[in-house]
Amino acid sequence: MKYLRNFYKYRGLMYEIVRKNIKLQYRDSILGMFWTFLQPLLTTIVLVFIFGNVFGKSSSGVVNYPIYLLCGRLLYEFYSQSTKRAMRSIRNSASVIKKVYVPKYIYPISNVLSNFITFFISLIVLVCFIVFFCVTGKNPPHITAYILLSPVPILILLILAIGIGLILCTLDVFFKDIDYLYEVFCLLLFYMTPIVYKIDALKISSKLFSYVLMANPMYSITEMFRCCVLYGEMFNIHHLLYSLGFALVSLFIGLLVFYKKQDKFILHI
Amino acid sequence: MSKPAIEVKNMSMMFNLNSEKVDNLKEYFIKLLKRQIHFTEFWALKDINLTVEKGDRVGILGFNGAGKSTLLKVIAGVLKPTEGTVSVSGVVAPMLELGAGFDSNYSGKENIYLYGATMGYSRKFIEKKFDEIVEFSELQNFMNVPVKNYSSGMRARLGFAIASAVEPDILILDEVLSVGDAKFRKKSEAKIMSMFDKGVTVLFVSHSVDQVLKICNKAIILDHGKIIASGGAEEICEEYNKMVSGGK
Repeated sequence: MKYLRNFYKYRGLMYEIVRKNIKLQYRDSILGMFWTFLQPLLTTIVLVFIFGNVFGKSSSGVVNYPIYLLCGRLLYEFYSQSTKRAMRSIRNSASVIKKVYVPKYIYPISNVLSNFITFFISLIVLVCFIVFFCVTGKNPPHITAYILLSPVPILILLILAIGIGLILCTLDVFFKDIDYLYEVFCLLLFYMTPIVYKIDALKISSKLFSYVLMANPMYSITEMFRCCVLYGEMFNIHHLLYSLGFALVSLFIGLLVFYKKQDKFILHI
Repeated sequence: MSKPAIEVKNMSMMFNLNSEKVDNLKEYFIKLLKRQIHFTEFWALKDINLTVEKGDRVGILGFNGAGKSTLLKVIAGVLKPTEGTVSVSGVVAPMLELGAGFDSNYSGKENIYLYGATMGYSRKFIEKKFDEIVEFSELQNFMNVPVKNYSSGMRARLGFAIASAVEPDILILDEVLSVGDAKFRKKSEAKIMSMFDKGVTVLFVSHSVDQVLKICNKAIILDHGKIIASGGAEEICEEYNKMVSGGK
């Protein structure tokens, strides 16, 4: 009850930080907010150009390669950007935390949320892609009523990002090295998640490697999302249960670790 | 008798002073293996008992490193005491460092809302107070300028204007009255005086005995983390002056 009341009092702060992050992100750039969807559009074109040609025919198993790639990239980009920003959030607001009492969890969570909002804006690109391919009739995605289920994987990803963000920002207070390690981890994650390739098109000889691929919750989440918006079919229930479970466990661990360590933050930042 | 505004019971605050700051994993493990991580315990505050009634204005005197700021931070809730308890009733407005919550890329106007939110006030409340804040800070022409282009005096003025516009029950002042030019200092002193009439409780840290005499009715002296004297402002200030001139 006490926590809820405290959260209610400081909800304004969360709102202000989300607002600030979004406003400042593209301030001073000429195109401003346009970058939120211009950036994924341009990078997707680059990736389609490169990997579409590298894989050549082997990407033909995919219904529509540009949309396939864009789905994966948007989700990955949201996850990596929001967790990276959440990770640094506590140290970046050290000047405030040292001077005024504020509930510290506001910082990682609002950083994830502000990225979530820019992610939402960037979904416009996806809508444009879908409309474009439907209108031109070339490799049109199968749009069915299942598209209404697309918020499910997005929400699971949001929970996952908050959980991992809380764990990372706690670690980051004590060990700055996490910054660099996580950068490498995100690169690994980009290639371990079927974003540019399709998992069944791979010829995997090592059993262990395929287990690792499957264990990646990002795999389940992107597959679910693609089922909704690209294949137009119900997603695999195992993917749902696994990724939801993973997200909730990481949220639980994140809250626990953060709660246990938050009083020590001020001594280290 | 109503509940005191601030009650500090047997409170101690201990810091670990590492001889070297270790903040990367490699160094940490190497030092851990070599058993080279030494902590020196440092008690910034030891066994502090302090009761402040509502409407009291307490000056906190002491030399550098006596624990004044640590005490204020513990009361403001920024630091958690190692031992003992601190209970505070009412809204606390800490003015520990003016403008600490500002974002330098944000304009003055935007920062008013951000800073207000940092202190736990809603957007609506700040909107109501907005004109008052701008007027008091005398920065009407600079509201759309990013704060990074402000001078330090301008920052402090804006910070003070926001922090004093809200109506706190407890005001924590850490040498904030030494900012700005003489005119603004007078104005902010007058502002704080006017808050007294509303019965605000004040904790005031200053190195200036004159300011303490002007503002406070009670005072304490902190030395090496202990309260060595407490009582009426005048007698304590006299004692403090003796300590200073005694070269202790």
